[in-house]
Order: sequence, then C-alpha cells, then structure tokens
Amino acid sequence: MTEPANNLQKIRKSLSRRNRSEQRFRWYGRLAIFIGLAAVSVLFTDIVSKGHGAFRITYLQLEVDYDQSAIGVDNLGDPKQLVQGDWQAIPKLALRKQFPDVSGRSDKRKLYGLVSNGAGFDLKDRLIANPLLLGERETVWLLADDDIDTYYKSWLDGEPYAARLSDKQVTWIAELHDQGKIRLQFNSNLFTRGDSREPEQAGIRGAVMGSLFTLLLTLILSFPIGVAAAIYLEEFAPKNGWTDFIEVNINNLAAVPSIIFGLLGLAIFINFFHIPRSVPIVGGLVLTLMTLPTIIITSRAAIKSVPPSIREAALGMGASKYQMVLHHVLPLALPGMLTGAIIGMAQALGESAPLLMIGMVAFIVDIPGGFSDPATVLPVQIFLWADSPERAFIEKTSAAIMILLSFLIIMNTSAVWLRKRLERRW
Amino acid sequence: MNQRTIFSAILLAAASAAATSPALARDTIEVVGSSTVYPFSTVVAERYGRSSGKPTPKIESTGSGGGMKLFCSGVGTNYPDITNSSRRMKASEFEKCQANGVTEVIEVHIGYDGIVIANSIESAPMQLTRKDIFLALAAKVPGATAGELIENPYKTWRDVNPALPNTAIEVLGPPPTSGTRDAFAELGMEGGCKKIDWIAALKKTDKNAYKAVCHTIREDGAYIEAGENDNLIVQKLEANPAALGVFGFSFLDQNADKVQGSLIESVEPTFDSIADKSYPISRPLYFYVKKAHVGVVPGMQGYLNEFTSEKAWGEEGYLAEKGMIPLPIKMRRAMAENTRGLVPMTGKEALK
Repeated sequence: MTEPANNLQKIRKSLSRRNRSEQRFRWYGRLAIFIGLAAVSVLFTDIVSKGHGAFRITYLQLEVDYDQSAIGVDNLGDPKQLVQGDWQAIPKLALRKQFPDVSGRSDKRKLYGLVSNGAGFDLKDRLIANPLLLGERETVWLLADDDIDTYYKSWLDGEPYAARLSDKQVTWIAELHDQGKIRLQFNSNLFTRGDSREPEQAGIRGAVMGSLFTLLLTLILSFPIGVAAAIYLEEFAPKNGWTDFIEVNINNLAAVPSIIFGLLGLAIFINFFHIPRSVPIVGGLVLTLMTLPTIIITSRAAIKSVPPSIREAALGMGASKYQMVLHHVLPLALPGMLTGAIIGMAQALGESAPLLMIGMVAFIVDIPGGFSDPATVLPVQIFLWADSPERAFIEKTSAAIMILLSFLIIMNTSAVWLRKRLERRW
Repeated sequence: MNQRTIFSAILLAAASAAATSPALARDTIEVVGSSTVYPFSTVVAERYGRSSGKPTPKIESTGSGGGMKLFCSGVGTNYPDITNSSRRMKASEFEKCQANGVTEVIEVHIGYDGIVIANSIESAPMQLTRKDIFLALAAKVPGATAGELIENPYKTWRDVNPALPNTAIEVLGPPPTSGTRDAFAELGMEGGCKKIDWIAALKKTDKNAYKAVCHTIREDGAYIEAGENDNLIVQKLEANPAALGVFGFSFLDQNADKVQGSLIESVEPTFDSIADKSYPISRPLYFYVKKAHVGVVPGMQGYLNEFTSEKAWGEEGYLAEKGMIPLPIKMRRAMAENTRGLVPMTGKEALK
C-alpha cells in the first residue's frame, strides 16, 4: 500500500533535480548568447577604434599662386600642355612662400614632403573647372602627406609618432598648428576616389562600383535561373532517381568551398571562353555559380511552404498548371525567394576567395564604368590595404571594413524586414 | 500578362548581360607577378596614369613564379604584358617563354630589397651572423664530426652562439610559397651554411644535397610560418618581445617605432647599407616586358619611361621613398638605355 506514496516521493525528489537541470540549461543558453555578443562587440570596438580616424584627414592651408611660367601652362584648352605641365610646382611654390627661410636641397625635399604628391593634380582639376584662376592667387586647403597625417593625428591624441618625420618637419607642423593652418577635415576622398598607393589619396569608390557591377550581374543571372530551377523541381519535375540525384548535387554544391568556383571560373570563362581577367563579367559569372545553390534551396523551401490547398483550388477552378504556378504559387512564395536572394547576395558581397583566381585581386586605380572595365571588390580592397606597408593604411583598412559591414547589415536587415512585411502565415 | 512581360524582361536582361562580348583589344596595361615588387610597380602605375591621363595599368600580385607562368603562356592581349619578379628569370622559364612564342623579352633590373630579421624595440637588438641564422633555423645541422648531420638540437640562441642571449629560438617568417622565404633561404640560410667548410665543399660534389642542407628550415616549432602578411608579423612581434620576425625592409621602415632590425655581421639594415651591399641579406628586383606588346597595348613605352626615369627609381625618387633600394647610378643609366631602346634578352645571360 505504500507504493503510490513512494512514487510520489520519487517524483517530488526528481522534480527539483529536473528543475535544476532546466535552470542550468537556460544558463548555458544565456552564456552562449553572451559569448557571441561579446565576440561581436570586441570585433566592432576594435574595428571602430582603429578605423574612425580614417574618416577625417589632415589638410594644410597655403596661399597658392597659379603662376603660368612656373607650371608651364598658358592655355588650359591645350591637352598637351595639361599633360606636360608641372602641377606639383604650385604647392612647392606655396610651401616655399610659407617657409621662406628653408634652403638646401634636402631641407627643401622635406618641406615639399608636407603636402600630398597628389595636391598638384587636385589644383589642376580646380584650375580646369575655374580657368579664370590661371595667373591669380588664392588661399586653399591642400591635402597633407600620409606621414604628416599620421603624425598630426597621433600628436593630437597626445602620443606623437614621428619616426617617419625629421625634426624640421615636426617644427614646421607645430608652426602651422600655431597659425591655425593645419586641421582635420572630413575625408571625402575615401568615398570619391579609387585605390591609390598613397594612403591619403586612396578611396573605396572603385571597389564599391566594382562590387555593384559584379553583384548586379550575379543578381540578374542567378535569381531567374535559380527561381526557374526551383519551380521546375518543385512543381513540374517527376519524382524519380534523376531528380533525387539533382537534389543531392545542389545541396553538395552549396557546401563546396568558394575557391573551387574560382578555379572553375578560371578554367571555363577565362581559359576556354577567353573573357578578360579582372572584369565584373567574369566575377559576376563566378559568383552566380556560387550563389545559385543557395537561391535554389531557399526558393524551393519558399514554394514548399505554400499550402497545397491553394494549388488545388486553382486547379479546381480550371487553371492550367502553368497558370496555377505563375498566378498563385509564385506571388505567395516570392517574399521567401527574395529573402533567399538577398542573403545569397550578401554572401557574394563578402566573398573574395573565388575572385583571387580570376584576377580581381589587383591594383586598379580607375573607377570602373561598366561590366567590362577592370575592377576589384570591397573585400579584396580590404585585403589589399591590410597588406600594404604604409601605416596610414591600417585605419583605412578598418574604415573599409566598417563600410562593408554597413552594406551587409543593410542587406540583412532588409531581408528580415521583407520577410516580416510580406510573409503570409497560414 | 504583366507578370509574363516582367519575366521575359528579366530573362532578356540576363541574356544580354551574359552576351556582352568583351572587346578583344585592351587599352589597359596588364602587370602580374611578385608581391615584393607590387608596392613599387603600383606607385609607378598610379603616377603614370595620373600624369599621362591614360588608363592606369592594372597590377596583380600573383607571386614571382605565378607571374612567370602567366607571362610565358603566350603572346596576345589575353596574356599579361609585364611580369614583376623578386628573383631573376630561371632558365626553365626562359625556355617556356620561347616555346610559347614569347621570344623577345626585355629584362629590367630595378633595384634591391633587403630582408630584415627584426624584434620588438622593447628587447635589446640582436647581433647575428648568417651562420647563427643557419644553425638556429636549419632542419639539420652539422654534428660533432665533419660530414655528420644531426636533427637541430638548439633550443635557445645561447646554444647556437654563447655571445647571444639565453632566450628560446622563436622566429616568425613567411611560408614556403613566398618569394621572401626563397630569398631568405638563399641569402640568409645558405650564406651561413657556406661558412661551414665541409658543407661548402659538398656544393661541388653533390649540389642537391648541398641545397637540401642549406635551404631546409626546421619544422619543430622554432620557425613559425606567420602567413604572407608582413603587417601581421609586425603586430605579433609587438605582442611578443622574445620573438624575431623575417620580412621586407619597407615594413621595418614604416614601423620603426615598434620593431628594430637585427644587426647581421655587425651591419644594421638601413637604406644605405642595403644600397652599398654591406648588409648581406638583400635581393634584386626585376620586371620583364613582352616586346611584342609594345605598340599594341597603348602606353607601354610611357610606363617603361616612367619606371626608368630618375624621378621614379633614382636615389631621391619616389620608389626610394617607398622603401626600394635603388641601383648604382651607372647601372641605372645602362638599364634605362637598354629598356627604352627595347633591347630583348639574348638567351646568353647566366640564368639559373
């Protein structure tokens, strides 16, 4: 007779143990999330703390004299003169005027090293835009050299790094600072220029445009092909050994390391079809191969989630199978397909390994204007900058990572938003 | 109907994008090759593009060997015009070029690059000889009797040379795929290896055995492959003052507040000591030009002129500012004349 009471006791005893293990399990979960968040926040703080400086850059204020004889140009309409003109002479003259006491060859070289070697070309562009300035004088802010930029920023932070500078350069900068002729400005070059080996002139515009062209082609190719394949496999294909075989292979392809697609692209598109290296066409084709499996798999899942009753109702009303798919299944599955496509695109945006093989890991200065211009992409630009010896590229690298991350965040948030907005539940 | 038009529009766009057949003629110079020469040739390309207003040459960093392979694959706009190299072209590569129709190749020796062995400035600078380097890093070192080789037993620098500090041997360096590693093995390791008489004698009798002894780096953890990224090695040295790192001179030049170069045979790696060759571990840098492409791809002559101008590769040129060690003035003049005159290699050069 004591048996039921005994069981009850047993259950009561085990209850607290089971509760404890549930509590423990919850804590494991919280710990896992905490570790994940901590890793992300360490990554973000590291990148932001290194990269925030790159959004501002040092400029020097100088009085320039657009002296026709010093530049060697008297007619701005003559392209030959524009090519031969000594544009760097303008900032050199201005520096000598600012520091008239400097003499001697090596001191002068150091003096000229204060401004970026692209400053002359910037002034050339300014002159071409305002031809009336030729022969005139004006006070302008000129881009400083990257070593000066690094020094000035570190000096403002209280830990001056002067190893690349001479003592004279340090005093000149202090002098300019006292006169208010050196300051940090918003670094618009970062967003408007292509790559450069001079950190102060380097920008990500070229890489952004390259990524844009490459991804556009990837989207144009992979979305219709992926959706068509998914619809056929889900709605029309007979269930037999062949379709099983295809399904297994699609799943396999989704897990193949991306570098393999690069090798495939090299063999087919470049060596066989002779598409030039380094152009967005070949990049887009390779990334299409890579994203297709992802899009097919998510599209099939989206089609599967459309309830059969809708199909049956359409067929029951006399619709053909084609009409049923196009009028009912596809519109209902489209949000899911779009989400899959966006996630696939985000993956393709962050990809650099397959592009290594097809020549898109290259130094390209000119901003690509189309699908057949040599181009590089954002992750590759990050890789190239991380590998450069110039110290100022460290902050540029982190800044480029921040820009890439913000693109990824925008794409992934829009995927979530689209799903929330358009998804229908049954 | 509406959906059908959208669908066909998408398909049409896809088809037309895929069919945009790229023009075969190319107006951009294509350069491939060494990652060591890459930082220098990119600067020249950029300056050339900006001052001439022509398209800026495109430069890929494929490594010296990879560049030669692409370069020697054939003549025509599908193949690169120029390849950079941190070593001289090999005889086998020259033959491959010839076999594939790349008969006229112009060789341009542009300057030197030093390889430094550096540590964090928090530790004392090391005073090494090439023999120390060899003994510390070789897989097999000479034993007690001549002709005998034993597995490298040395754990600390003091084991190698009593004058060195009592710290564990820990060297971060590039992996075998890197040109820096090849040059380090050839100039640093072999340079020390030759100092041991019986191994030097081995060179005459059994060249392969000699090379195997001198070039093989130990794999028991004392030499750590730190990847191709030299910035990463600098960061790791900063974090670990006891370690040494092997990388190119330009990275030492840029990070003088974090790392210092070890003295090799009492010579500090500086710009001048590498230029006058008193610093022993330095290597020549080259690029190779396909003569058949000059005049076909626009701007080739202009790029060559820019590269061989004094303002680029001279003693006070912008390449020197980027850390390249220039050639002596006489060699520069001869080389510039040769290059501008497009004089190809004869095949009689002493290629290895």
